[in-house]
Amino acid sequence: MTDTTDILSIRNVYKVFGEQPDTAMQMLRNGATKDEIFEKTGQTVGVFDASFSVKKGEIFVIMGLSGSGKSTMVRLLNRLIEPTAGTIELNGKDITGLGDADLLDVRRKEMSMVFQSFALMPHMSVLENAAFGLEISGVDKKERNRRAQEALEQVGLGEHGASYPHQLSGGMQQRVGLARALTNDPTILLMDEAFSALDPLIRYEMQGELIRLQKEQERTIIFISHDLDEAIRIGDRIAIMEGGRVVQIGTPEEIMRNPADDYVETFFKGVDVSKILKAGDVACPTSGCTIRINGSVQPFDSANNDFGYLLDNSDKLQGIVPLTGLDAAQTNVDHLMQQRVDQHAAVYSDDMVKDIVKKVANAEYPVPVIERNGTFCGVISKDRLLQTLSHT
Amino acid sequence: MIEVSLLDPFDYLSIPLGEWVEAILQYLVQNFRGFFRAIRWPIDQVLDVSETILKSIPPLIGIILSSLLGWQLAGKKMGVFCAITLFFLGMIGVWSESMTTLSLVLTSLFFCVVIGVPLGILSARSDRIEKIVRPILDAMQTLPAFVYLVPVVMLFGIGNVPGVLVTIVFALPPLVRLTNLGIRQVPEDKIEAARAFGCTPRQMLFKVQLPLATPTIMAGVNQTLMLSLSMVVIASMISVGGLGQMVLRGIGRLDMGLATVGGVGLVLLAIFLDRLTQAMGERTDASNTLHWYETGPVGFVVRAYRGIQAK
Repeated sequence: MTDTTDILSIRNVYKVFGEQPDTAMQMLRNGATKDEIFEKTGQTVGVFDASFSVKKGEIFVIMGLSGSGKSTMVRLLNRLIEPTAGTIELNGKDITGLGDADLLDVRRKEMSMVFQSFALMPHMSVLENAAFGLEISGVDKKERNRRAQEALEQVGLGEHGASYPHQLSGGMQQRVGLARALTNDPTILLMDEAFSALDPLIRYEMQGELIRLQKEQERTIIFISHDLDEAIRIGDRIAIMEGGRVVQIGTPEEIMRNPADDYVETFFKGVDVSKILKAGDVACPTSGCTIRINGSVQPFDSANNDFGYLLDNSDKLQGIVPLTGLDAAQTNVDHLMQQRVDQHAAVYSDDMVKDIVKKVANAEYPVPVIERNGTFCGVISKDRLLQTLSHT
Repeated sequence: MIEVSLLDPFDYLSIPLGEWVEAILQYLVQNFRGFFRAIRWPIDQVLDVSETILKSIPPLIGIILSSLLGWQLAGKKMGVFCAITLFFLGMIGVWSESMTTLSLVLTSLFFCVVIGVPLGILSARSDRIEKIVRPILDAMQTLPAFVYLVPVVMLFGIGNVPGVLVTIVFALPPLVRLTNLGIRQVPEDKIEAARAFGCTPRQMLFKVQLPLATPTIMAGVNQTLMLSLSMVVIASMISVGGLGQMVLRGIGRLDMGLATVGGVGLVLLAIFLDRLTQAMGERTDASNTLHWYETGPVGFVVRAYRGIQAK
């Protein structure tokens, strides 16, 4: 799904708020901390040496608690806030040095933004709001209304073009906000806590909507959130920010398995791991007693294993046999094949852990995990599952 | 020996402010007469046009047009209200004077808008300009009108034009202030959204700030109108015609009837203008979702026309 080309790369970006950013930058280079700088100069460091890149077509979530600099970070990307130092490259072109006209062009064509507070224009109808970006770009009325109508239909508000924002519910207003951003057909969609102001049910629905839209028209989305569940649900990769720094970047599984520091670990503590991990992550390739059946039977250890997993030459799972009372030396392929468990259960490696709990619990044997093409990758025993779920 | 008192230093420390002002004024009158005459010219033109139009409309037609306007702006009730107010105005016999006053007020409103709205926009955009403009506005509002009536007469002469001028001085500040306030009060998130979509400063002003500030600016227009009306009485001292003149003459001759008629006329005119401009302010509120051509008499005509076409 994701292409590996970087569409946006951010390198060593700093933002200092205050009157004398140069002094503060000098101190930062000399190794001063954020607190020291605030004490000595009264300057606030909003973003501290942020570097990351966003791949084309992915949903990149920037996560952090309030005050972590995530909202500042996203505004640096379209220069609503000017970065103090560092480079931001969009498609290989540095946008930190752009003049006014080029910057307007970037904002009009490359990046659109969705806001936490919706920020719809109360004096414009829903259709006019959705067409706002194009109106600013000077697209003629007929064309921009047509495209705005298309965008409204994408978010399911095709019928409400003539209404005014205040007549709509919060969820619908944010759909208009989303449509307004989509109308411009931007390369990158910036969403600043876009769903945080919505109630949980609507938020869940909107997340689903976003995932659906992303499937339809692969766009690059940079999503700001303080809600870890949201980040895990929609994010391909997550960057975690703390106190203006980017602490860790990675897929949800990576971050959970190897948290960079205590902060990240505590962050992930309350998370329901069964929603993040896939069966393939839990199964160990070495677990389970595999028996290769290629004409003859390889020796196996029946003393320590209750079940054996029969694999053919191409590692495809052929069946499961109870090993109690069997001796490797005295058995043959036919015999093993007869002893197989009827209709054995198996799960795919990309199944979410939350979806396989029941299967693992009901099976008498550790459940085998296979790839979509049938290749065996390991087993999940009840013990293993419980250990995984008890992760704190 | 002169006894020097430290506790009251103003015996020997003094600024001859009065003398200075007189000297400056004398200088201006003698050397810049042409300049001040030139200022009169645009006011003269606008005043002429508005007075000619208002005076040439027969009262009944005037009443009908105003009520249609009221209906269009704020519904049928407002239309009826306008009709009653103006009818009453005519019945107490001050129609002609009212029209003179109305033309004065509208002329000063015109210049207030032309000067005040851009000034308000400028001071909303720059804190420095606001800092300079503010004390000037304070002075314009608090300086007693009598203080500048005399210099105005010396520089501009007497009559309706200098009357309009002093009215502008008195009525301009609220419009500047409220325009400034209205633009500054536009929510930050709307501004940010507009910037994020690539608005130029000009687009920001015309597509976001002014539309969102319109209700506040309309409140400023309303205030300016009310202040203009109250100034008209004082301006009548420099021989400005209309209702103010009636009041002044009434007071001068102790003719309470005349003064009261003029006063009541002013009040009626004030109520009429106040309601109309308030209604205009409310129309620009976000809650109004119908287009202007779908409501009031215009909507009525449009619907009728569409009905005929449909047949």
